[in-house]
Amino acid sequence: MATSTVSSPLGTLSTRRRTINGLMTALVYGAFVVALVPLVWLSITVVRKGSDRFMLDSNGNHHFNLDFLNQSMKGVFGGMPEGGILHAIVGTLLITLTATIISVPIGLLTAIYIVEYGRGKLRFAVRFFVDVMTGIPSIVAGLFAYALFAILVGPGTKTGLVGAVALSVLMIPVVVRSSEEMLRLVPNELREAAYALGVPKWLTVLKVVVRTAFAGISTGVTLAIARVIGETAPLLIAVGVIDSYNTNVFSGRMMTLPVYIVSEWRKGSAVCNDPSKICVPEITEYRAWAAALVLILIVMALNLIARLISKYFSPKTGR
Amino acid sequence: MTTAQAAMTVPLTARKESIADKVFGAFSAGAAVIILVTLAAVATFLLTEAWPALTSTAAELASKVAWLGTGSGETLISVIGYLVFGTILVSAVALAIATPVSIGIALFISHFAPRRLAAGLGYLIDLLAAIPSVVYGLWGSIVLLPVLKPFYQWLGHYFGWIPLFAPDPATGEVSPTGRVALSASIVLAIMIIPIVTAISREVFLQTPKLHEEAALAMGATRWEMIRMAVLPFGRPGVIGATMLGLGRALGETMAVYMIISGGLTFSFSVIQSGKHNTIAAYIASQFPEANGSGVSALIAMGLALFVITLLVNMLARWVVSRRSEFSGAN
Repeated sequence: MATSTVSSPLGTLSTRRRTINGLMTALVYGAFVVALVPLVWLSITVVRKGSDRFMLDSNGNHHFNLDFLNQSMKGVFGGMPEGGILHAIVGTLLITLTATIISVPIGLLTAIYIVEYGRGKLRFAVRFFVDVMTGIPSIVAGLFAYALFAILVGPGTKTGLVGAVALSVLMIPVVVRSSEEMLRLVPNELREAAYALGVPKWLTVLKVVVRTAFAGISTGVTLAIARVIGETAPLLIAVGVIDSYNTNVFSGRMMTLPVYIVSEWRKGSAVCNDPSKICVPEITEYRAWAAALVLILIVMALNLIARLISKYFSPKTGR
Repeated sequence: MTTAQAAMTVPLTARKESIADKVFGAFSAGAAVIILVTLAAVATFLLTEAWPALTSTAAELASKVAWLGTGSGETLISVIGYLVFGTILVSAVALAIATPVSIGIALFISHFAPRRLAAGLGYLIDLLAAIPSVVYGLWGSIVLLPVLKPFYQWLGHYFGWIPLFAPDPATGEVSPTGRVALSASIVLAIMIIPIVTAISREVFLQTPKLHEEAALAMGATRWEMIRMAVLPFGRPGVIGATMLGLGRALGETMAVYMIISGGLTFSFSVIQSGKHNTIAAYIASQFPEANGSGVSALIAMGLALFVITLLVNMLARWVVSRRSEFSGAN
């Protein structure tokens, strides 16, 4: 636009102003491109490196298989080409599910309190501290859950539940904020219409307000799940690591996908001394990248689901 | 209002409903109180667990905690001091990288990109926030570091006179591994760009249309319009957004843990390895092997991190909310 108007009816644009405008436009476009570089680079890397493990079968041959998705790490050591993430997927799903079960009722009720019931200082305090809670570092949430269970149950308690509590601390504020916004979008006319029909307030909230905002709330919850499912630090502290299955959230350590990535990465290259055994030195890195690929696919799927929910299930507003 | 109605219309069902109403209201208020209690509990439980480490003498603690061992001669307070310095240095550099880029992206989406594409492009940037930090750490430590190494050599060679980029005085070389504070800062910058961008974008979009049009009508170029109308209006919002990004950067664990080669000094040189570490990364690296006293000392560090991020976030929220009061947008 600016480049074409060298001379306008109002006079000529000085070269200096024209250059600065052009320069700044280039910088602004450049900033956007700069941000896209890591996104594209990282995505390509994860897909390319993540497929290595899937192209390696238990005989060490180059052959596509899905063993990685239905094996655990039990009895896997050194450069063995086996070993998978089924136990980590199970752990991630169970812990995230538990965290969701804890967070959604508390988060939704708090949002209802803020929008429908709260007034005065308590409402202000709750809103403010929900904002503050959004900023709690994930590792502090992990330490909190660890400290809580160390005092209530006994020192060194590391179970799936501890991890779920840590994730809840991170998840609740996200659920509150998104639900609050959605409840606010429900037009007041709907509430007034319900009151006019003699419907008590609590039924109005549950059957009219929450139902209307249901799609938006689901979107928010899905995004909150997507956010916490990739959390590593709190689970490293609160849940620990294990090589085999554990489906009991209340006892024993569990493996989760993000922690699996770190623990494989930390192992470094395998040492291959025995030529009689199949040994792949880079296997730990293969596993880490493959697990990263699976984790990213899960997160992206959740993001996609959230967008689809809000697109197809939200009530049509007149705007 | 409903209680008044219920009192007027006597039927029993109405009274039952008013009880249900009270119960439901109490439930929702209870959930809200749980949040306040949780936040207080975070502070209380961390303090309780950190208490043994905070109250024992330096020598007593050093005999029990490996990383305070007799050889190092450090106390818990001095270690925390190094880590706080490292945390702030790494985050500040990350912020210095992320802020101009984020403002650029926000301007691009709000004022430069074609209207129809803007929402989609914004979503693309948001995707950066969706990638888990552990994946950033993996990518940073394996893929990004080898690419950055020659850049650091160049930086140390030509800009070594700036304390920030000073090479090792003994050898005159920069880190051979690239596991330095600057690498961690670059990855952190990528992680906070979507946060700062999202808020700045919203603020820029709220600029009164009349201000923009007035600037353009005076013959301003697009950049001059942005400098005169959009940036002054958005400045407080951008400051708040930056501080929220800072809060995120301060507490980020895995990316730093997987990239940085830790060390405890007050060095300003961000391209030497083994000089810095952050609180969060230090906790993550020491926690799995820590004994009882070690855990207590690490929780004391976590408490320090909690207090710092709490202050930064409260300040940021205050700045952002003050802006919304004055904006007149609502």
